[in-house]
Amino acid sequence: MIEVAALSVTFHVGHVAVRAVREVSFAVTEGETFGIVGESGSGKSTVLRAIAGLLPTPRDSVRIAGRAVGARRTRSERRLLQFVFQDPYASLHPRQTVDQILNEPLAIHKIAGAGALVGRALADVGLGPEHRFRYPHQLSGGQRQRVAIARALILDPRILLLDEPTSALDVSIQAEILNLIARLRRAHRLTSILVSHDLAVVAHLCDRIAIMQEGSLVELLDVERLRRGEAREAYTRELLRASRGYSRAQAPA
Amino acid sequence: MTIASADPGGKISLRAWLADETPKSRTQAFLANLWRGVVALCSNPVAFGGLAVVLAIVLVAALAPLFAFGISPIEQDLAHRLAPPSPTHWFGTDELGRDIYARTVYGARVTLTIVVLVSVIVVPIGLTVGTAAGYLGGIVDTVLMRITDIFLAFPRLILALAFASALGAGLRNAVIAIALTAWPPYARLARAETITIARSDYIAAVVLQGASTPRILLRHVVPLCLSSVIVRLTLDMAGIILTAAGLGFLGLGQQPPTPEWGAMVSSGRDLILDQWWVATIPGLAIFVASLGFNLLGDGLRDVFDPKAA
Repeated sequence: MIEVAALSVTFHVGHVAVRAVREVSFAVTEGETFGIVGESGSGKSTVLRAIAGLLPTPRDSVRIAGRAVGARRTRSERRLLQFVFQDPYASLHPRQTVDQILNEPLAIHKIAGAGALVGRALADVGLGPEHRFRYPHQLSGGQRQRVAIARALILDPRILLLDEPTSALDVSIQAEILNLIARLRRAHRLTSILVSHDLAVVAHLCDRIAIMQEGSLVELLDVERLRRGEAREAYTRELLRASRGYSRAQAPA
Repeated sequence: MTIASADPGGKISLRAWLADETPKSRTQAFLANLWRGVVALCSNPVAFGGLAVVLAIVLVAALAPLFAFGISPIEQDLAHRLAPPSPTHWFGTDELGRDIYARTVYGARVTLTIVVLVSVIVVPIGLTVGTAAGYLGGIVDTVLMRITDIFLAFPRLILALAFASALGAGLRNAVIAIALTAWPPYARLARAETITIARSDYIAAVVLQGASTPRILLRHVVPLCLSSVIVRLTLDMAGIILTAAGLGFLGLGQQPPTPEWGAMVSSGRDLILDQWWVATIPGLAIFVASLGFNLLGDGLRDVFDPKAA
């Protein structure tokens, strides 16, 4: 469904070129949930943004549903894939009501019956009609992220890209949102890529996991091997140990 | 909560309907948001004062014949020229015996016409150039901003003088001259705002939905730039009024006998020591109008500033 072949992304800051992603390749099959894990600055979010078409990428390095796509995409190519952003406080337009936010994608794609679809999309993410005409500042973080998920799913995409969807939320809300994502993924038969720095979240949701470090893909492993702690690379083992928490006994001398 | 604020008839009062945290319709959400703005504006004494002055000027201009009590602003009465303020002529008469009160009231029309026309021209041009430059970046940004720089380099009154000599003095040319020199700061402002907005996730979200660039600019970027542009415009109004009065003073604005504040000050210039009212009264009108817009602008900035909310 998604093929990434030797994807490199370079940012130019003045005269300095920063290679954020170096020759990353992987493939995600239909219906699979693929996780990308790494520390801050490892390039995991950049890979996701490149797949989404938010960054200029060389053609042929990203293929979606068998077709090569660049950053310029047709409306139907856009509809295939939607994105849930990390920070729900920054991903909703501050001057639009939930109703306007959810109507916009339907208006762009000229989809009829918007009124009913918006109601259904809200119910789908566990929000009621009382939330429909509120502004984002009248909603809690968890409610905002639900709106963002509803906005992504209202176009009925086949692919959902999740960029740390819970890291900006309270711990108590995180589980709710993760369960919601897990349920919707099954209900909509979505192919998804989840980026996170939290191995527990990834292990909970994903089938296969890519570990990234300094822009490169270090290791690909499935969730069973992750749970058993059977990592090939030293960096992955280190990451696994770090995720179990800090203890004095384990700390290297 | 709604039950507590419902009136005895069982119908929810308008105020409660507007303050409802869970609006039932698009209209209610919009009106409730507007209401919150109005309440915020009116609870700020400075802003409320400015709003009251501006509304009073608009009212006076719109109903000028009524407020002038039917006195003609252009009828000459040479027997009573340069009469001091009295119960018959509240603000006295000028060198042609015209009633200064009536002329000041009618003069508000010219001033407001210039202000409105300039705003109507300046805001769309500034927003279009600024948001396009900020959003598209690259070569478009460079070209549009250099054009902005060129216009910014024109001295406003000199350009107006050039216009007047080329096209003839008059209200229309005064408006064109002011508008041509007034839009660049708006383009700069809109561009700066757009650059921040364009990087945000909610714009990325509509890009991913497949929205066209004009749609993104018009429906998502412009509404966010609008508040700072409106504040800037209201604060600029004083400057526009002063420029309009300056053009009138130099004889390049609205042509006589139509009353215009700047021209009125100009005609009273030589009489300032003996017949102070001829120049002072229109001068005060210019002062009050500018102050009103400035206060309103300050208040609007407080209301719109999301950091203060």
